[in-house]
Amino acid sequence: MITFLEFEKPLAELYEQLEKTKEIEVISGIDATPTIREFEKKIEETRKELYSNLTPWQKVLVSRHPERPYTLAYIDGMCDKGSFIELHGDRNVKDDKALVGGLASIDGESVMVIGHQKGINTKMRQYRNFGMPNPEGYRKALRLMKMAEKFDIPVICLIDTPGAYPGLEAEERGQGEAIARNLFEMTQLNVPVLCFIIGEGASGGALGIGVGDVVYMLEHAWYSVISPENCSTILWRSWDFKEKAAESMKLTADDMFKNKLIDGIIKEPIGGAHFKPEEAIHNVREAIVGSLKKLKKIKPEKRILQRIEKFSAMGVVVEK
Amino acid sequence: MTEESETMVWFKRVKEGINTPTEEKKETPEGLWYQCGKCAKVVTSEEHKSTHWVCSGCGYHERINSKEYFHILFDDNKYIEIAPNMTSGDPLKFTDTKKYIDRVADSIKKTGENDAASAAHGKIDGLDAVVVAMNFNFIGGSMGSVVGEKISRAIDHCLKYKKPLIIISKSGGARMMEAAFSLMQMAKTSAKLTLLAKAKLPYISLMTDPTTGGVTASFAMLGDVNIAEPGALIGFAGPRVVKETIKKDLPKGFQTAEFVLDQGFLDFIVERKDLKAKIAQTIKLFQN
Ligand SMILES: [Zn+2]
Repeated sequence: MITFLEFEKPLAELYEQLEKTKEIEVISGIDATPTIREFEKKIEETRKELYSNLTPWQKVLVSRHPERPYTLAYIDGMCDKGSFIELHGDRNVKDDKALVGGLASIDGESVMVIGHQKGINTKMRQYRNFGMPNPEGYRKALRLMKMAEKFDIPVICLIDTPGAYPGLEAEERGQGEAIARNLFEMTQLNVPVLCFIIGEGASGGALGIGVGDVVYMLEHAWYSVISPENCSTILWRSWDFKEKAAESMKLTADDMFKNKLIDGIIKEPIGGAHFKPEEAIHNVREAIVGSLKKLKKIKPEKRILQRIEKFSAMGVVVEK
Repeated sequence: MTEESETMVWFKRVKEGINTPTEEKKETPEGLWYQCGKCAKVVTSEEHKSTHWVCSGCGYHERINSKEYFHILFDDNKYIEIAPNMTSGDPLKFTDTKKYIDRVADSIKKTGENDAASAAHGKIDGLDAVVVAMNFNFIGGSMGSVVGEKISRAIDHCLKYKKPLIIISKSGGARMMEAAFSLMQMAKTSAKLTLLAKAKLPYISLMTDPTTGGVTASFAMLGDVNIAEPGALIGFAGPRVVKETIKKDLPKGFQTAEFVLDQGFLDFIVERKDLKAKIAQTIKLFQN
């Protein structure tokens, strides 16, 4: 079963026709290979066509595709086989299932990987709280980052969240303070920090593990201060302007890069990361290896200074 | 500016209704009287100012802007503004029901302020200090590039002249029309605050009604000392959003300064009449 997004309707129809042709072939016993080849070719062309012209809203849909690879899939695919040891808990309140992390190695070198985790099916989505961390998630992330710093291990953050959880207990336990503390502490981390927006990068909940020496976005990921739906509700007072909001917010990787708010874009396979997860994961892995090589050559003090300068330069003001 | 002319400006502002949300106050047509939005007590505007815009009947702390906080904190109301002419760009050429540049221009006209934060340096009980205070009536005190840059410049001034920093937050959160630029102000201000910390310069964060969203999740919660005015709404998610999430009524007093103090995220709550003395005392003890 393939999950088709609303804009993938032409693809869905072609797949349906392909399946029918295959059925007829079996029933009739007549060789339909040429027709099947033609459909397959058509499918490839259509997919390429669709995915090279995605609107910002369509990208938002792709970023939320239920089969898109999440943090644990990346860890499994890009770290050395069997090297990952998940580390749990903030040592204070509990273990947040929406934010995972642990030690692993890539090409034999230790890394601390931290990321939002969404559930892979209905049951797991609940368990993972839809990738929306509570304060203890951010505090677990900070604990792991400080541990990485202690052992001189680079930090890799994989960002994919619809936002920090806006619940009652999250407020009681200081969601704002937890995120603020991470922004502050990540700025001064002595080790290289690499951040990747692999899906949804919504607001402070994303930024809470997003202060890095390099911040990369996957081609169809989005990153902004609020989701387009909520932006539409607040500014247009209606849910109906989400597409317009997605466009206006300039939340795509291309726009974010043009506005110098991220450092680079990572290619996704044609059809999106969900279509060929191993390819997307491979591309992220390549970026990690390449960036680490460069970042390790820079002295920690200089790296931190560059990090501060980069974020300090963000913003557009007019002075008379 | 003489005391009298300043008062006149104040009267004019009250009359124009720009210092408080309209639902919280009522004025006589002359603008010479202030009626408390909580207990309905009526005082002259002069009296109201003398109590630092706090109701003498019930203690309600009226929402005030940067100029009023500067008046409360700086000795003899003497201060020099940092980058007062800085205004917002429009990096995204944003338009919702209105063009962002028009919204900004209208807010400047309406409030007499150039954006949602003003920064100034002067003396507090004889001590050099830098104060950044927010203007809630400027697009809901929302944080865009100007708020971030003002804080950044204020910190630069602190670093250069070895001065303590006070930030008075009053904000609904992000400036949505600046989208990701707004979001990155959280990282920017927090990153700059690490420099202040490294230089061992004190930072006092005062949270006033309301302090929510990205401001709470960045500089507001990062004070060496976090303090708040009584009754102030303080939170990350706004109460409406939390209510929608849990699908239940919120407990009484939820997200008030008193609640946040009890949860352990504030050092103390301070009434406006004691604000200057408490801040000065804290700085003195830090500077030893
Ligand atoms: Zn009153």
